[in-house]
Amino acid sequence: MTGETTVWASEIPWPPSVNDFFPPPLVEGGGYWLTKFTLFVWITVALLIIFFTIAYRDPKLVPGRLQWMAESIYGFARENVAKDMIGPEGVKFAPYLATLFCFILLNNLWGIIPFIQVAPTSHIAYPAFLAVISWVLFNYVGVRRFGFLGYMKKTLILPAPFFILPLLIPIEFASTFLVRPFTLAVRLFANMFAGHIILLVFTLGGFVLLNASALFAPVSVFSWLLALALTLLETLVALLQAFIFTVLTSSYIQGALAEEH
Amino acid sequence: MDILAIGGNINALAIGAAAIGPGVGIGLVFSAYIQATARQPESSRMTQPFMWLGFALIEALALFGIAFAFVFQK
Repeated sequence: MTGETTVWASEIPWPPSVNDFFPPPLVEGGGYWLTKFTLFVWITVALLIIFFTIAYRDPKLVPGRLQWMAESIYGFARENVAKDMIGPEGVKFAPYLATLFCFILLNNLWGIIPFIQVAPTSHIAYPAFLAVISWVLFNYVGVRRFGFLGYMKKTLILPAPFFILPLLIPIEFASTFLVRPFTLAVRLFANMFAGHIILLVFTLGGFVLLNASALFAPVSVFSWLLALALTLLETLVALLQAFIFTVLTSSYIQGALAEEH
Repeated sequence: MDILAIGGNINALAIGAAAIGPGVGIGLVFSAYIQATARQPESSRMTQPFMWLGFALIEALALFGIAFAFVFQK
C-alpha cells in the first residue's frame, strides 16, 4: 500500500496495514525475530506445559478442579475428535490432537486480550508449520499401514470409469497432497489476520474520527461498541479455528487409515 | 484515455468478489441447520459439529480473498 498511507492524526497508525504485524524487536539488540509474537509463543508453550504437569501431578479418583479441567480438555480431544473421527484406533493420536488444539487455541486467544492483542497465529509461519506437521503425520500413517505404493494407489485411484482416471488422478493428487496443508495453514492464518485487521479498523477508526472533529464523538462511540461486539466474534472464531484445525487433521488421518471401499 | 481512468486499488474489488460465494454458502449451511432443527429438534446436538465444520470451511474461502488481497500488492 505504498503511497496510500495518509496519517490524519499524528500518532495513530492509520490505516492499518501489514506493517502492523511486524512490530519492532522487544529489546534493542534482540534481532528482528524477537518480537511480541515470539515472546507469546514461548509463554503459550510454558503455560501449557506448566498447566498439564501441575494438573496431573497427583491424580485422584475424584478429581479436583484443576485435574477436572485438564481431563475435560483432553477428554474432549480424545472422545469428540479422535474417537468420533478416526474410530477406536484414534486414541493413539489423541495426545497430538489435544496438544494441537490447546496450542492453537491459546495462541489465538492472545489476539483478543487487552494490551497483548497479537495472535502469533496471524503470522503465516506458525500455521504453516503446524499444517506441515499434520501433513507429514497423515501421510506417514498411511504409508506405514499400506506401504508407499499401496497408499498412493488407495488415495489416487478411486473407483471410477477408466477413461476418467487421467483427469481424476492429477486432481486427487493435487487435492490430497498439495491443497490440504495449504488450506489448513491459510485458513487459520487468514482468520486471525482478518480478525485482527477488523479490530484495528474499528478501534483506531474511532480515535481517528475523534481527532478529525469532536462532532464525530457519537460515531466514535458506535465504532468502539462495534469493536467490542467484534471482539466477542473473535473469541468465537479463535475457538472455532482451533477446533476446525484439529478436526480436519483427524479427518485426514482417518482418510489415510481407511480401508478400501 | 486518461478521461476514463479509474483510480483506486483493485484489491478492494477482489475482496468484495471473494465474499459473494461464501456469503451464499454460509447462508445455505445455517439454513439447513435451522430447517433440520425445526423438523426434528432432538437432532440439533448431533448436527451441530457439521454446522461448525461447514461454516469454517466455507468462511476460509472468503478469508483467502482478504489474505491474498494483502499479499498481491503493488
